[in-house]
Amino acid sequence: MLRALKSFGAFWYDFVIGDDWQVAAIAVAALALTALLVHVAGINAWWLLPLAAFAALAWSLRRATSGKS
Amino acid sequence: MTAALPLVLTVFVACAVEAIEALTIVLAAGLTREWRSTFQGMAAALIVLAAIVGVLGPTITLLPLTALRLVIGALLAIFGLQWLRKAILRAAGYKALHDEASAYLREVAAAKAAPEVAKRGISDWYAFTLAFKGVLLEGLEVVFIVITFGDNQRNLGAAVVGAAIAVVVVTVTGIAVRAPLAKVPENALKFVVGIMLTSFGTFWGAEGAGVKWPGNDAALLVLVPVVALVSLGYATWLRRVHRLSQAAARPPTAFSETEGVTN
Repeated sequence: MLRALKSFGAFWYDFVIGDDWQVAAIAVAALALTALLVHVAGINAWWLLPLAAFAALAWSLRRATSGKS
Repeated sequence: MTAALPLVLTVFVACAVEAIEALTIVLAAGLTREWRSTFQGMAAALIVLAAIVGVLGPTITLLPLTALRLVIGALLAIFGLQWLRKAILRAAGYKALHDEASAYLREVAAAKAAPEVAKRGISDWYAFTLAFKGVLLEGLEVVFIVITFGDNQRNLGAAVVGAAIAVVVVTVTGIAVRAPLAKVPENALKFVVGIMLTSFGTFWGAEGAGVKWPGNDAALLVLVPVVALVSLGYATWLRRVHRLSQAAARPPTAFSETEGVTN
């Protein structure tokens, strides 16, 4: 039962998060920061998520190609 | 119908890529093992997938649109960045290109080696499970794309139509050629799908977080090309770095041989 649950969890982790969990972490953090800027500071931060996505991608690619990921 | 066209096209391309991969596995099982058990495995997987869409699709639409866009947007952006990362690494030469012909040969070799065992009323259990797993795993990605795109646009029907057309086109072509669709530019298609998933995920995720995009939905007409340009830029830059590092690692004998030929 525990093994089945583990492999079920591993499947969904691999399905959504994939090879680099840090890309997912950056995307979630950028979304949270966007919500904060919009709702607390009143800044329409539409530019934040695309910039975070490009930065996360560049960082992940750099680590993958330099063998650090 | 015109408004639903980008949705149908996006889902069509994404689902066609997955359907091509599923077709390779089904052909390997059917041509080397037995068609009856292969079709049974395929049908069982399609029933499971239809049940997931039938239950999850309408349930998710009950969520408020803002919450839906935030959660689905985040998932789609993460999923899209993962696709894009792999596609860029493939385009730059750091990762092997996905090749349906060699994937097919690997599946055929494994299928030929496995013993024929009848189980639970299925005459060839290996062919059944191979087809079931292949269609279910590739199909789950199709279901994810159909539900996220369909629910976010409040047009699940159009997304289902795009996916259904992709599956039918790939299946009919596969039956006609009776071989894996190796000539389809699958890696280029995967690059395009990664761009679309990342762009839509970013757009909906930010909207869910409360952002008002300049120009509303028209912002997508700028966002998609920008994501494409940045991704192509990364791929070009990495390809150059890869070539330079390979040239630097080449042994000096290779250099003198080349020199001899050119002179």
